Amino acid sequence: MSLVFAGVCSHAPGITGRAERANPALRDGFYASLERLRQALEAARPQALVIIAAEHFANFFMNNMPSLCVGMAESYEGPIEDEEWLRIRRTRVPGAPELAQTLITEMMKDVDLAYSQEWKFDHGIMVPLHFLTPRYDLPVIPVNINCQGPPLIPLARCWAFGRALRRACDLVPERVAVIATGGISHWPATPDSGKINEAWDRAFLAKFLENRRAELIAYTDEETHRDAGQGGFEIRTFIALAGCTEGSRGELWFYAPIPIFAVGCTVAVIPIQAPHAT
Amino acid sequence: MSLYYVQKLLYQLNRDPAVRKQYGEDLEALLASYELTEEEQRALREPDIGLLYVMGVNGQLLMHFAALRGYEWDAYLEAMRQGEARYGPVRAGLYKRAHDTGRRQ
Repeated sequence: MSLVFAGVCSHAPGITGRAERANPALRDGFYASLERLRQALEAARPQALVIIAAEHFANFFMNNMPSLCVGMAESYEGPIEDEEWLRIRRTRVPGAPELAQTLITEMMKDVDLAYSQEWKFDHGIMVPLHFLTPRYDLPVIPVNINCQGPPLIPLARCWAFGRALRRACDLVPERVAVIATGGISHWPATPDSGKINEAWDRAFLAKFLENRRAELIAYTDEETHRDAGQGGFEIRTFIALAGCTEGSRGELWFYAPIPIFAVGCTVAVIPIQAPHAT
Repeated sequence: MSLYYVQKLLYQLNRDPAVRKQYGEDLEALLASYELTEEEQRALREPDIGLLYVMGVNGQLLMHFAALRGYEWDAYLEAMRQGEARYGPVRAGLYKRAHDTGRRQ
């Protein structure tokens, strides 16, 4: 098996861009959990990092919107946002084009994918990398799930994508880590920014951590929009990772609503067990 | 109503330095290259962040435009609230349905 690490973390731009405005104890606890995640990722000795993200109109727009897209570039530049606004310096992140092509080719046997050799990272990937690979020295394969512009891919298809990713990872000799990054309930960049439905988040996380597929894919977008905001559509990234780690229970390392970050800040890992039967 | 092109302009403005340059140097030519109503052109020109929000522009596009035009975070949130007070509920897009949900004060 070559999937060697799986985890999730939040990516909201306020995590770096509005850091000083957060409750210091909560913020520092969250940062400490991200540092713990970095150390665990490093200890798994991955050769590449697949990051399952939900970008925010940095590359993909309603003129030609892929539900699922995988990066196959030599390198990626980010952040696309103003450096001072996000407080992350623009840099170039190495890609893993050959491995990406192998994974994409294999996954295409199970799911329909777009691919891209030109991709700029926004906060959705740069905030996690800022904490998890601060030297930007681990080759990255970005995955985007359209969580912004409906119609959106059904949740069961996100699970199927994750499953296909796992099967592909387990066929290659490289040691691959997967990080999914998304918000749970949140209303980002709107007048409701800072609103967080903690009960909804905790109920979702319980299902996620116990890998309860039927319950995870039962959410409708109408319910999610009502109870978890348009930002809640990003549960797709969690569900893809749950498909990738089918049968495994996760460990929650951190969860706390931090309103100025506009999201319930989350860090979790899913210990890797034997590959599932396909 | 050409919300699609309002958002497309903002998408390209956010990601392409050449479009940002044109925005600064020849705004009218830039506006003319998209299919926009007069109200949409005005909202982009002034800019009227509150009106753009009410028109249905996605916040993931709008917050960067607001930052480009010098709005601090709280001023950006306040501009959207003032837009709702002045122009009424959001007319289109993802936020149109959200008005019966509770609002954080």
